[in-house]
Amino acid sequence: MGAGHAHTLHHVGDSPVHRLPAHVKIVAAFLMVIAVVATPREAFWVFGAHLALLVGIWVTARIPVAAIAARSLIEAPFVALAVLLPFFATGPRTEFLGLSLSVDGLLAGWNILVKGTLGVLISVTLGMTTPVRDLLAGLARLRVPGMVTTIATLMVRYLEVIAAEARRMRLARVARGHDPRFLWQIGPTVRGVGTLFLRSYERGERVHLAMLARGYTGSMPLLGVPTTGRRTWAVALAPAAAAVLFATAGYA
Amino acid sequence: MTPSLEVEGLAFAYPDGHQALFGVDLRIEQGERVALLGPNGAGKTTLVLHLNGVHRAGAGTVRVGGLEVAKPHLQEIRRRVGVVFQDPDDQLFMPTVGDDVAFGPANFGVTEPELSLRVKQALGAVGMGEHADRSPMHLSGGQRRRVALATVLACDPEILVLDEPSSNLDPVARRELAEVLLGLDRTMLMVTHDLPYALQLCPRSVVIDEGVVVADGPTRDLLADPAFLAAHRLELPFGFSV
Repeated sequence: MGAGHAHTLHHVGDSPVHRLPAHVKIVAAFLMVIAVVATPREAFWVFGAHLALLVGIWVTARIPVAAIAARSLIEAPFVALAVLLPFFATGPRTEFLGLSLSVDGLLAGWNILVKGTLGVLISVTLGMTTPVRDLLAGLARLRVPGMVTTIATLMVRYLEVIAAEARRMRLARVARGHDPRFLWQIGPTVRGVGTLFLRSYERGERVHLAMLARGYTGSMPLLGVPTTGRRTWAVALAPAAAAVLFATAGYA
Repeated sequence: MTPSLEVEGLAFAYPDGHQALFGVDLRIEQGERVALLGPNGAGKTTLVLHLNGVHRAGAGTVRVGGLEVAKPHLQEIRRRVGVVFQDPDDQLFMPTVGDDVAFGPANFGVTEPELSLRVKQALGAVGMGEHADRSPMHLSGGQRRRVALATVLACDPEILVLDEPSSNLDPVARRELAEVLLGLDRTMLMVTHDLPYALQLCPRSVVIDEGVVVADGPTRDLLADPAFLAAHRLELPFGFSV
């Protein structure tokens, strides 16, 4: 698992963070995100403390900062929004480098930027230290509805199958001289998407049949349930507890 | 001895009215390997889906190891009938090979440490013991077919049902699969158009056409009758003779 294909988020490793059970990490990450979101936006030092906690986790997990940065690019559109806010928000204004900026907008932009970034970093850290299948098993263990985890499990598996099917269909079009350059030539491609949908739907029916044949009754079996000791929970939740403390201190 | 499979007077019509089976009788003893032959649309797949209770018989009965296919014990029937579907991508839906092989037995109530043992044995039986942690996506066609077989073997079925096991396999993978199947020593019903494969693996063949059994006998005898084969849209590949 891990390297390549659909699982590029995961960063293979064997650190104490990697070895923690997935459901414990999911709870810890969720608590940390809540703590970050609950931190008042003016309590600037608290965000620094949150970041320090994360850096500590990265060092323990031995994951390179460059890899984290590359996976955090998903946040870019939100950054753009945050940067625009100070220009367009209303209320009292302040001067900076000759630009007139809204104070409220500045704070709102900062709020989105810092909380969004920390949230993405926490999620990326979770994703990098936990393989997708463990994440799904962890969610199931946390009693997330079976339908949700089943859909996610099948999606992880079949995205590649459907992508491969789409590639074969494209090749079949190209091989017969289809070379779309203008918008009005896109017809066959669009019809291809429709065909792909139908084929995926039919495959879904066949997969369901194959699942029934092996005793599927509507819920995925929990495979390899490990028992998690209090110690493991305590270790994993320590950074989250610290984040909650910091957030509380931010209100003081 | 109780036969592995007993089908008596099985008839079935699809909801749209199309009648697919008109009274099929079939008896397979324990340890037998039987090929189910017939042209496209003869009712082979419909028959297979009756064996594990996906379709319910319109008339007649199906018994697996003496147990009648009926709603109260559908789960036990599905454990007893191991269907290996034609496209391994339909059968292998879990993120890793090991998880997929564990799916069946886990549904049938097998728990650790027995579960891991079953997975290991099933993958070992098909020569895929090294690949438990891989994604099915990264396996070759032949490997996927063998893993699909392992997912069913892990349930310890009474009868293996294989739908077109040799389709889309290169000659080496086809031979390797045959060797695995011959080494399993299990009751087997193999749906196929690949007549040489039927001859290699199954001493007995049943030919079904237009919803009824039209022949049941030694594979070699059936394949040696060109007029009979032609009457049911079957023929040996170019250059073959029995």
